[in-house]
Amino acid sequence: MAIVFRQETFRDDFTYRNSPGNIRRFPFPFDRDEYMYSVNMEPHVRGQAGTVYESLIDVDEHYVAEMQDRALVLKEDPLRYQALPHMMAAQWDTLELLMEEQAAGYPEHFTLIRNGDRWRWINRPLGIDDTFTFGDRSTLPYDPFEYITRQAQGDFCIVDQRDGNLWMDAGMVTTQADWSLDFDIGMNFMEWHGPVPLAHQIGVFDRALKFLLKLQLGKPTRRFNWTMTINPRLDTSPENYHKWGPDRTTVTPDNVGEKVHLRVELQSLWRLPRSNAILFVIRCYLISMNELVTVPKWARRLHRVLKTLPPELVDYKGLTRYRDNTIAWLSKHDDGAPTSPGIFPD
Amino acid sequence: MSGGLAIAVRVSRIDTVAANIKRFRLVRHDGEPLPVFSAGAHVIVTMDDDGHRRRNPYSLMSAPHDTSGYDISVLRVAESRGGSAFLHEKLREGDALTISHPVNLFHADKRGRKHILLAGGIGITPFLAMMAEFDRANVAFELHYAMRSREHGAYWQELVERYGAHRVKLYFSAENDVLPVASLLHNQPLGTHAYVCGPDRMTDFVLRTARECGWPKSNVHSERFLAPISGKAFDAELLRSGIVVRVGDHESILEAVEAAGIDAPYMCRGGACGQCETAVVACNGVLAHHDVYLSEEEKASGRKVMICVSRFDGTKLSLDL
Repeated sequence: MAIVFRQETFRDDFTYRNSPGNIRRFPFPFDRDEYMYSVNMEPHVRGQAGTVYESLIDVDEHYVAEMQDRALVLKEDPLRYQALPHMMAAQWDTLELLMEEQAAGYPEHFTLIRNGDRWRWINRPLGIDDTFTFGDRSTLPYDPFEYITRQAQGDFCIVDQRDGNLWMDAGMVTTQADWSLDFDIGMNFMEWHGPVPLAHQIGVFDRALKFLLKLQLGKPTRRFNWTMTINPRLDTSPENYHKWGPDRTTVTPDNVGEKVHLRVELQSLWRLPRSNAILFVIRCYLISMNELVTVPKWARRLHRVLKTLPPELVDYKGLTRYRDNTIAWLSKHDDGAPTSPGIFPD
Repeated sequence: MSGGLAIAVRVSRIDTVAANIKRFRLVRHDGEPLPVFSAGAHVIVTMDDDGHRRRNPYSLMSAPHDTSGYDISVLRVAESRGGSAFLHEKLREGDALTISHPVNLFHADKRGRKHILLAGGIGITPFLAMMAEFDRANVAFELHYAMRSREHGAYWQELVERYGAHRVKLYFSAENDVLPVASLLHNQPLGTHAYVCGPDRMTDFVLRTARECGWPKSNVHSERFLAPISGKAFDAELLRSGIVVRVGDHESILEAVEAAGIDAPYMCRGGACGQCETAVVACNGVLAHHDVYLSEEEKASGRKVMICVSRFDGTKLSLDL
């Protein structure tokens, strides 16, 4: 079924909204009433229709607007895209993966025709129809990684594997929860996770790294991460902190429903064939509190998660200023009834 | 399945390439292309030897971008546990096998400005794929290839023809040629990476010499696949499964566990990758660690064992499986 792409903004007048159907498919990340870090990875396999697992690279009604927002971010700050020179094979791996998955999941919107090394890529929502030579950088208007990630929702990092570690050696990062590719590029797995509280002490990163180093071709894996954002703003980068940081002081008991958003990252990790690197897809989904409480189970559970969140996480996720207002607002939607297991709506 | 997605293949061609070495070309059973891979990768080949299932890792030696088939080379080892004997003596062209997706534990560092490859005997196989990749990308490399004799060495003639004598140096021990490891490693430009694949003694010597020459650890790479070592049979109690398996003289714990119908995780089956790491709950005896994955402290602690290659000698072994 063809997706109806919304016209909307993630800045200035913030016209981003989820349609009722899109709310039901929101990837609510909490499978119980409290939250703590864990190595919460599971195989990234296709799931039911009407969920974000329908395709392994999810495309939804926000696709066109998100790609327009990415183009604006890159125009203002080209360093949001970077790739170190030894990552060219991984760039082509990524282009192949994203084209194959988008074409397989959404044949009415994307078509890939391969004729040896001569490829034709048709992206109907963005009006693109390009023919190029796979492996020949000069036949595309951008680096292959930049080219395809200007046409795919989510942030993308390619990590190189060497010396028993993973290295952040390429990225397209414009929809991030307050981290900077320009700062992290070239860092290893432990270095770029340095600022995360509590998780290091309980060994989460040692176990996660061990697991990822053994990630196998054809067996991608996924996990959730989450935070909250004021206004539906995709680009909450350190570089633009002056634009979005002050938003956090604007939450009042009356505007929680429209201002406060749950921000969920569906992260999927893929071993790449030619380069042996790993593609890290960080797909961001935003939902306002007004939208979220239309699913009673999620309203009850988010209220309980926020109430019991350890103070270190409240600070690290930047919720300190508006957490109390949000809990008070959500409490009106929590009657204390038990919640069903799992993440999906009842 | 625990070892990754399986691919059904057929042997399209078998060639004898040297004394005791055969090359096997594997193509997909359904005629589709095989996955592209990265040089240095191996696959696990699963064989059905008259109802006895055998699984061995073999490096892919064909060009990584050639998806029409994979080539592997197999040395017939005298004290074969069954795998190389089966491939050499029973397998025929047209026969079916199952392989895993490629797994790479021996990848080239793509930042390297120059790559020195040190091969001993059958250890040449991963380098064949690496050289194809370096040559295609126009990256500087040298191969130093030590063999017993001209008859025992595989591919050396065609390698000299393809890449030139300036890039391919040969050493035959039967002719008293010795690979000059020390002088080779002593004087290399910054940004050079060295790779060794061969018998254990050669690998140990190269790693030690590199260290003595002041090479950074991150610039020296090695791959050793250790075949499971034979030994006295013993029992292993699998606590989660609630059974006891008998591990035979020529069998690994992993093989015994699989024979009992339990799907234990594995990847390289050679003690290198860490995937089959298993917690030891009780151990009344001595664990014989044969892997290169666990640290010395971990081995000494007796709390973990790599069940693809390691053994046990004692009265009681209980595993978290």
